[in-house]
Amino acid sequence: MLIPCPHCGPRESDEFTYIGDAERTPPALDAPEAVWTRYVFARRNPMGRHREYWQHTGCRAVLAVTRNTLTHEVEGCEIVGPHAATAAGAGE
Amino acid sequence: MTGYRLATGGSGIDRTRRLGFTFAGRPYGGLAGDTLASALIANGVGVVGRSFKYHRPRGVTAAGPEEAGALVSLGEGGRHEPNAKAPMVPLVEGLVADGQNAWPSLGFDVGAINGLAGPLISAGFYYKTFIGGPRGTWTRLFEPVIRRAAGMGRAATTPDPDRYETMNATCDVLVIGAGPAGLMAATAALAAGARVILADERERPGGALLHDLSEVDGVPAPDFAAATAARLTDGGAVVLPRTTVYGHYDGRFGAVERVVDHPGDPHGLPRQRHWQIRARHVVLATGAIERPIVFPGNDRPGVMLADAARAYANRYGVAVGRRVAVFAAHDGAYRTVRDLAAAGIDVAAVVDARPAVPAAAASLAEAAGARLFAGHHVGATRGRKGLAGLTVAGADGGSIAVDALLVSGGYTPTLHLASQAGARPQWDDALAAFRPGPLPEGWTAAGAVTGRYATTDALETGAAAGEAAAAALGRTVAPLARPALAAADDAALTATAPAAPFHVAGKKAFVDLEHDVTSADIALAHDEGFQAVEHLKRYTTLGMATDQGKTSNVNGLAIMAEHLGAPIPTVGTTRFRPPYTPVALGALAGAETGAHVRPTRLTPMHDWHATHGAVFVATGAWLRPRAYLRPGEGVREAYIREAATVRTGVGIVDVSSLGKIEVAGPDAATLLDRVYANGFAKLPVGRARYGVMLREDGVVFDDGTTWRLGETRFLMTTTTANAAAVLSHLEVLLATAWPDLRVHVTSTTEQWAGMAVAGPLARTTLAATVAGIDFANEAFPFMAVREGAIGEVPVIVARLSFSGELAYEVYCGAHHGAAVWERIMAAGAVHEIAPYGVEALGTLRIEKGHVSGPELDGRTTLYDLGLERMASAKKAFVGSVLMRRPALRDPARKRFVGLVSLDGKPIRSGAHLVGPSGRSEGHVTSTTHSPALAGAEIALALLSGGPDRIGEELLATDPVRGNAVPVRVADPLFFDKDGSRMHV
Amino acid sequence: MKYSALALLKGALGANRNWPRQWRAAVPKPAYDAIIVGGGGHGLATAYYLAREHGLTNVAVVEKGWIGGGNVGRNTTIVRSNYLLPENSRFYELGMKLWEGLSKDLNYNVMFSQRGVLNLAHTPSQLDGFARRGNAMRLEGIDAELLDRDAVGDFVPHLDMSPAARFPIVGGLLQPRGGTARHDAVAWGYARAADALGVDIIENAPVTGFLREGERIVGVVTPRGEIRAAKVGLAVAGSTSEVMRLAGVEDLPIESHVLQAFVSEPLKPIIHTVVTFGAGHLYISQSDKGGLVFGGDIDGYNSYAQRGGLAVVRDVASLAVTMFPNLKRVRVLRNWGGIMDMSMDGSPIITKGPLPGLYLNAGWCYGGFKATPASGFCFAHTIARDEPHPENAAFTLDRFERGLVLDERGAGPVPQHH
Repeated sequence: MLIPCPHCGPRESDEFTYIGDAERTPPALDAPEAVWTRYVFARRNPMGRHREYWQHTGCRAVLAVTRNTLTHEVEGCEIVGPHAATAAGAGE
Repeated sequence: MTGYRLATGGSGIDRTRRLGFTFAGRPYGGLAGDTLASALIANGVGVVGRSFKYHRPRGVTAAGPEEAGALVSLGEGGRHEPNAKAPMVPLVEGLVADGQNAWPSLGFDVGAINGLAGPLISAGFYYKTFIGGPRGTWTRLFEPVIRRAAGMGRAATTPDPDRYETMNATCDVLVIGAGPAGLMAATAALAAGARVILADERERPGGALLHDLSEVDGVPAPDFAAATAARLTDGGAVVLPRTTVYGHYDGRFGAVERVVDHPGDPHGLPRQRHWQIRARHVVLATGAIERPIVFPGNDRPGVMLADAARAYANRYGVAVGRRVAVFAAHDGAYRTVRDLAAAGIDVAAVVDARPAVPAAAASLAEAAGARLFAGHHVGATRGRKGLAGLTVAGADGGSIAVDALLVSGGYTPTLHLASQAGARPQWDDALAAFRPGPLPEGWTAAGAVTGRYATTDALETGAAAGEAAAAALGRTVAPLARPALAAADDAALTATAPAAPFHVAGKKAFVDLEHDVTSADIALAHDEGFQAVEHLKRYTTLGMATDQGKTSNVNGLAIMAEHLGAPIPTVGTTRFRPPYTPVALGALAGAETGAHVRPTRLTPMHDWHATHGAVFVATGAWLRPRAYLRPGEGVREAYIREAATVRTGVGIVDVSSLGKIEVAGPDAATLLDRVYANGFAKLPVGRARYGVMLREDGVVFDDGTTWRLGETRFLMTTTTANAAAVLSHLEVLLATAWPDLRVHVTSTTEQWAGMAVAGPLARTTLAATVAGIDFANEAFPFMAVREGAIGEVPVIVARLSFSGELAYEVYCGAHHGAAVWERIMAAGAVHEIAPYGVEALGTLRIEKGHVSGPELDGRTTLYDLGLERMASAKKAFVGSVLMRRPALRDPARKRFVGLVSLDGKPIRSGAHLVGPSGRSEGHVTSTTHSPALAGAEIALALLSGGPDRIGEELLATDPVRGNAVPVRVADPLFFDKDGSRMHV
Repeated sequence: MKYSALALLKGALGANRNWPRQWRAAVPKPAYDAIIVGGGGHGLATAYYLAREHGLTNVAVVEKGWIGGGNVGRNTTIVRSNYLLPENSRFYELGMKLWEGLSKDLNYNVMFSQRGVLNLAHTPSQLDGFARRGNAMRLEGIDAELLDRDAVGDFVPHLDMSPAARFPIVGGLLQPRGGTARHDAVAWGYARAADALGVDIIENAPVTGFLREGERIVGVVTPRGEIRAAKVGLAVAGSTSEVMRLAGVEDLPIESHVLQAFVSEPLKPIIHTVVTFGAGHLYISQSDKGGLVFGGDIDGYNSYAQRGGLAVVRDVASLAVTMFPNLKRVRVLRNWGGIMDMSMDGSPIITKGPLPGLYLNAGWCYGGFKATPASGFCFAHTIARDEPHPENAAFTLDRFERGLVLDERGAGPVPQHH
């Protein structure tokens, strides 16, 4: 699989660490227990399109990758977090 | 088979260069350009190996990687290589080869008795017997016999001394296969300016051109191939002969180049090179493999694929027999009739399954002087170890004496890579073959793999594929001039499709020569319900041998289809798995083996440790000193001495491997408050604090001290093992949960060397060598951080204590580490400072009841570890919600305690704690001999009920090491309970 | 027909044209007492034990393709019960005992070969960890032996035993009763035995939906028609999330990941046991046909593709030849992938629910093949009695939210780390 890191260009997935399912929203730290258990333990685990976090080992960017879990085709990749703005050229 | 070297001919051999080799212990001679197979045939060697199950004699059956009979072992010692296919082994001077699966010899093999028991040991027989008897009967009695009989070659028993390496490559166009189609595709793509890689599994580029007698562009076909390949190389293409593209993995190809696949190479080249190739466009020009015909007795040495016999004659100047017959079902096989006759070989008969043989073909048989049996089959063969004759079945049939029978039922396109890439093979009735299904985007197929077998078609479709690839890449393409082929009958002979796959009924009709799967086995599989292709393969082992069914799959499917009375595709299509041909483990591993299988991280002071008696232990990727042995000491004596030194004098330990993460930005303190269970916001600048962080599920993740170096700047330390995981944890949280926090985290582990100086004399030692810091207790209190210098080297000193003694951690730039270490050693010499390793580090922290790796095992909570008071009630933090679930605060959970040995014997880590019930109630996590506690044997443990059971006596039982030690449960804080020693 | 040496002789005399089908090609009936979805090892074993242990013979196994085509035919065939946590070790030991009688029970030689499973340790602390596990096993009545370095070298020839190795071998944990079995035979043996007890095995019948009465599941929909049942059990491994979605259950503590496996060309006997490397993940044994069978870590990303990436292929090869430097010239013959149902704690789920009429068997991670008999035995018990067998009582679905996880590796709620 080639993952098109917005910083570094397309790179083999070997260079990335799989973080996990990005279809969930992190709860507030003090969210109710039921919200946290669902976030931590429940997965949709789809066959097909899946949004997931990968981290590029080289540039350390955390990426939201949209990938097909059946074909392994990567459909999209974006930087998430505070570095997203710099990558888009917005500056600080 | 009584092969011999023809007096003339052989485009690929050099008759002036003789090579010596041995086979089965006997010396033979061959020629440069030979393969082991061609040289063996030229020497009249018929039996080359024995088959897997019945141990029947096997000879050369093919001239390529589809070989199913001539499996040999090569080389000696660590270079011994089993299961090589003789047609794929280039002959080199001194080659040592041997047959396989025969004892005592190829000629007389005791295992051949299996053949007599054939019907008893039909497909899957082993599932139906060896069931009874007492337990273990199978493993002890029957299985060893089967294991010894099975297998093929032997693996080496000493390490392989050769080198393997890895190469990554990208290109615009990857052309797989350098036959006529591949050569033209590469030429066209290169002409359009594309970056081209052309890979081919054989010794030299050319494919079928290498045994073609026709002329291309006015020169002999092999010369055309050589010239084209040379032009490609000159033009900048990467031409890789001896390179098998074996696998497709999500758009990346794996290929193995056999660089110097023979011993004694003087240039230090690797034996093989593993290529990982990404291409924008792929031209699949992998050709086709000839399909044999299944008939009784078709496994005798001397029965061979027709085109292979042609290759042996034309390319190697070798006759596969003195008097041969051809058994065919299509016109293409008549090229063998024509070429063998031209070489002066007596072609006695052509048996053609088709009632009507087209004139173009029939005339070639006539010209060869061969008797043509149209509408006939080969009904039987005879001969002891090799073919002596055959029976033609049919109206005009009879017996014919021949020593070679050349068979061709059609072709099977080599579509393995396309199948691996997801293009499901499609049955084509007109071709009577599977051809590649719709190809992935960016792929083009050309030549015989598309089911067009004529050389002219290959040249044309190849050029077109190269042009299409270049055009798809946006290149300007000037159409390439197509080479002219001067051999009209070639096109005519490949114009008609082969007959549908068929087989001649009878006994000992082999579908899979290597695994001894017969047509009767397929009938049996059908009867028993193993009818789907995967059931058929798994039950009979059809196509599972080292040739991976290249010549047997389609015939097997056809026979099953016949039993089912259904068309071939309803049985199923095989989904090909990598590799296309077997790949050496060494090639896949490359240089990343042995010492280099994983990176080894050494601290800046490593060399000092190594020259001062250190024995090392792996901690994650790091090597850390376990202890520093003095003469006469073992690890135990050394660590006890080292720990005692720290309690009474001063010691120094290398802590460089601890993870260091700089946390900087206006919201740095907020981040720390969120990831640590305890609070950091109010930590003053110049102070450090011990922190514990949890996973989201409330289980303890990691611990360490974090130092506030400035209002918005912290240095976090982590355990050695979790350094990378903690960094990623922070980065992911910042990216996904708290993108609003203005804070950066950066690993600085490699930038720092760190050492802890501990013991009552630590202060005087450091005060003597560190400038710019007042070490007085009030000026530099416990948990304070100061900046100073040792000589010219700036250092940060933190007054922290893992040992419970007066102690400081000194950090400096990594490249100054060794110098600073030596300065401190020199300063401490007067106090007899001694280095200590991780064992003594463990002793000191166990005496103080500090938790470490064995207690933080990914299952323990703050509650379990007695650290719940650290969890701030004033704030939420990662894990704070889930750690409070009732089940995680059950007093019966395994919780942290100390243990004291009651009989003075050491307690072992990994022992379990049992009471009168004999059931495990907990386990020992860490143990030590404690010099500070008058030589007591103490331990830390996780015990159900934990602190509620202090004072109870239990047994620390260790059955796997034959120990059991009575222990008393104790407070884990064994030494200096009020902590006064570290505050002085 | 009973299989035996005599039967083979009779077969041979009849030119082997007198063998019956090993299981019928059943046509679905309108209704059954129980339907098991998934004709893999676990599903077939469940049907067999439903019939044999609980007298429930009006049972169908519905399989989307051909039986045994999933993970039971895609694994490295290792059988062991060398677990740390008592809930796991007791369950797998129940399985081990079933394995020991399985060929006889099924009248089908599954070639269960107790040649030992040896885990190598490379540091003293790792060996202590193995001692902890070995002691836990011994206290549960399971065989375990801690070997020192020399004993390891004697037990496994050709290992790189150099003290200067990158990961020197300091000892190992051996379970002598562990070993391997012929994977396909397990599926076929259960199928044939279940069929003989009256179970219908229905191939080429993918479940495309569930029949419901209110909340209750009362059957399945397949291209071969609707089939009703009082109870529906799911044993579909990597497809669990997708099949459960058809029942309206969107989220489970499961992710599907690809695990690759490898087999070499056949060799004369050279590795006599099952060995696992302790620094990096690799396990290797040799089949009765002579192929070295080996595997490593999952690829580490969600996947339903039954094929993996080149990086893992190369890493597995690196570890194999680091362990056995004599094997560099041995060739890999085939490489394939299976879809693992990775749970959030690395331990399985065998439970009634989560909907009325539905029963779930999933979350097998790497452990599925060795678990086959115990999984079928306990799942059958759970379905037949509507309550768990004592050995699967801990394998609930709600253990995650309650904080009662069975985290064998201590890796936390990250499926790819188990």
